[in-house]
Amino acid sequence: MSNHGTEAALLHTHRDDTGAKMGMWLFLFTEVLLFGGMFLVYAVYRFKYPDQFHIAAMELNTAVGTLNTIILLTSSLTVALSIAAIQKGNRFLAMMMLSATLLFACMFMVNKFFEWSTKFSHGIYPGSKELLARPNGQILFFGLYYVMTGLHGLHVLIGMVILTFMLVFIKGKTINPDNYIKLENSGLYWHLVDLIWIFLFPLFYLIQ
Amino acid sequence: MEGNTKHNIGYGTYILVWIALLAFTSITVTIAGVNLGMFTLFIALLIAAVKSALVINIFMHIRFDEPIFKVFLALSGLTLLIIFSLTFLDYIYR
Repeated sequence: MSNHGTEAALLHTHRDDTGAKMGMWLFLFTEVLLFGGMFLVYAVYRFKYPDQFHIAAMELNTAVGTLNTIILLTSSLTVALSIAAIQKGNRFLAMMMLSATLLFACMFMVNKFFEWSTKFSHGIYPGSKELLARPNGQILFFGLYYVMTGLHGLHVLIGMVILTFMLVFIKGKTINPDNYIKLENSGLYWHLVDLIWIFLFPLFYLIQ
Repeated sequence: MEGNTKHNIGYGTYILVWIALLAFTSITVTIAGVNLGMFTLFIALLIAAVKSALVINIFMHIRFDEPIFKVFLALSGLTLLIIFSLTFLDYIYR
């Protein structure tokens, strides 16, 4: 816990919000390279098996994908609104918007759960007999689908944990109108999760 | 609280950006239904790029932050571009 006495104030940790933000952006770039690498694999194999990718993609539900896109875009809005709220000193609204973001994140994961379990029930999962019996290009498509949306889903879950912490911090006034860099950085992470989906969506769900 | 952001964006701006994002999403889904071959992919990626630009510049605040962040972004984008280009140059001409 931080001290508030005058002598202790001299020992108070130096605050560097711009530095903190830079650190966050540098981390985000590593994430971009992580997913970028996978997008690269997708690109090469789609280039190699365009028709197979098309056939495999028809088994994905465009409506669910679109719904998830809308959900994530809206969650980006709510997290941005929560930062705007804390800037304006509206703690209640900030917490409401953050809660809304968490709700949307939940909805996204629930959709993902149903999508995946439907696929599983049709026998389509990495290593399944049904999948391995198909042409190479289709096996690759679904492999990429599971790994990329899976890793993305993991990031959504991690984001939910982070945002929950932020909610607690706002409640405990650790985050306040004079010090909200934690919330901003969490927002940056969340927007990245949205950005990755913005690219995943057309590449997997819109190859019609 | 220095240098953080002197420019506080209002709720209205965020909501406008969100509406634009939803509009682009509906455009991209509609276009996907139209068969334009290779062109469809190009347009879909173009729209994704526009959506990203909106998210990065306004939601992520790059537009209003210190210029160094734009430099960061440009460098990492360039890195990715080089990686993709070199990979495809290799793959296509094997």
